[in-house]
Amino acid sequence: MSEPPGAAVPLASAPPAEEPPGPSSPPRTARPAEAERPGDGTAPRPPAAQRVLPLHRPGRWIATAIVLVLVAQIAHGLVTNPFYQWDRFRYWFLRPAILDGLLITLKVTAYSAVLGLFGGILVALGRLSRSPVLRAVAWTYTWLFRSVPLIVVLLFLYNFSALYKTLSLGVPFGPAFLTFDESRLATDIVVAVVGLTLNEAAYASEVVRSGILAVDHGQHEAALALGLPKSYQFTKIVFPQALRSITPNYVNLLINLIKSTSLVFYVSLLDLFGSAQSMGSTYPGDIVPLLLVATVWYLILTSAVSVVQFYVERYFARGATRTLPPTPLQKVRAGLRDLRARARREAAI
Amino acid sequence: MTTETTETGTTEIRPAAVQVHDVHKWYGAHQVLDGVELTVWPGEVTVILGPSGSGKSTLLRVINHLEKPEVGYVSVNGEPIGVRRHGERLKELSERVILGQRSRIGFVFQNFNLFPHLTALDNVAAAPVATGKLAKPKAQELARELLGRVGLADKVGAYPRQLSGGQQQRVAIARALALRPGVILFDEPTSALDPELVGDVLAVIKDLATSGTTLIIVTHEIGFAREVADRIVFIDGGRIVEQGPPTELLDHPKHERTRDFLSKVL
Repeated sequence: MSEPPGAAVPLASAPPAEEPPGPSSPPRTARPAEAERPGDGTAPRPPAAQRVLPLHRPGRWIATAIVLVLVAQIAHGLVTNPFYQWDRFRYWFLRPAILDGLLITLKVTAYSAVLGLFGGILVALGRLSRSPVLRAVAWTYTWLFRSVPLIVVLLFLYNFSALYKTLSLGVPFGPAFLTFDESRLATDIVVAVVGLTLNEAAYASEVVRSGILAVDHGQHEAALALGLPKSYQFTKIVFPQALRSITPNYVNLLINLIKSTSLVFYVSLLDLFGSAQSMGSTYPGDIVPLLLVATVWYLILTSAVSVVQFYVERYFARGATRTLPPTPLQKVRAGLRDLRARARREAAI
Repeated sequence: MTTETTETGTTEIRPAAVQVHDVHKWYGAHQVLDGVELTVWPGEVTVILGPSGSGKSTLLRVINHLEKPEVGYVSVNGEPIGVRRHGERLKELSERVILGQRSRIGFVFQNFNLFPHLTALDNVAAAPVATGKLAKPKAQELARELLGRVGLADKVGAYPRQLSGGQQQRVAIARALALRPGVILFDEPTSALDPELVGDVLAVIKDLATSGTTLIIVTHEIGFAREVADRIVFIDGGRIVEQGPPTELLDHPKHERTRDFLSKVL
């Protein structure tokens, strides 16, 4: 924010300072909260000659102008280019077919995220275990499911589930499958959730493991020295501290997961992307607005996750920092307060 | 917290608070403890002195079984820690049993190791609740009382990072006291503190010493050792070189190595 040139007082013509402003000159009225803030209307005015003028930065203004023009062009293109067919976008955005797909995406994501996190915690504990067998099994699991592309896992499971009835008895995960009825949709959702969970757990285990390793060794020792039961050491001492570094990494995975659900289209499940795609093949003229509908919904989901992330991180920051990071509302309030203080200061000078 | 008197004959009627039986400990090929024998009586305040790397911290950590000795064992109030006698042999106990035994031995770390995500109150109240000794309201009541005792009644709701080092160490002492341990071990409790904060922590330890709690303290504060110790143990190269009352050991050390060490630190 630069000053208009007229406001500048040439240094040479300024009268000499009579009294240097400083902490020794008390403000005349005492509003305790603001008494020491410079530029409060009641404080003695600093002599104009001593006012420090901010440096002019023309380069910054030019760069800002160029970027603003570019942004305006893109926005203008988005709004006016007939290619996007915004009227069709509006038509499709809340169509039941799309909302059904959105629901499937939400369901698959939610199940896989929760199961994947629990699976990841178990695999991470396996890798940190003292038993070489558990360590090896956990390592192999992570290695396998990080190596195989998700789409391959999904298609494998899809074909596997077609043969399922003949295999049902000997499989350890059997009961979970059998609780669902024979309707095709339920089975597809199960296939999708199992596939995504297997994949998610492999990545989540590494995130959880890194979080646990990041907890100071002294914390383990203190918990041991107090004789805290083993489960309590993990759930109340180590894991809550690990969550602080797990959260941002796991949210990354979660956002990736939301987008990965679009692959379930290939196991004939109509998620958000799948519905847009299938509507697009029925109405070939509407492919672009349908893709826009999917894009905007994915943006909304990711934004919602980011908001939750902020508050979760803030919650786990308790004790890790001396003061909690401000919420957006607090930031806005602080910004307004600064602006008002600045205005008062300007008025005082 | 005294155990029943054991029937060991006519001379011995009370068990030692801590008894270290011929403990040997190796880190890889390096021997840290080499046949340590030590007996600490109930209510006694023992200070362990020695150059760095002499094995004094390891000895302390062997007492509450944070380190497993390869040979020998420690008993606290007559109960072997981490092992049980099986005929002529010693067998390792399960982790659950060892955790139970540790909850009867207080330990104060050089770096405090408070739980940063819990308030001072919850740091102190956690262990009695988790080990099932007290219900939560009772534990919090005890925690308040203990924090008051170490002079931090006004810091009940503070998180560790909001406290000074000296305050954190006093919370850590209150946390150790919350389990009402029969013996408290201090591993260089003032080494990580600014000089001006050392006094507060030493005052709290001194208060414990005069109240008859059994304490074993590893420290470099010779003046403090002289003031509170009933006995000073000088350790070097994993062995106890000599031990005795402070006046005797500090002013008239018998061994060359003790004299040499004291001439450097006094």
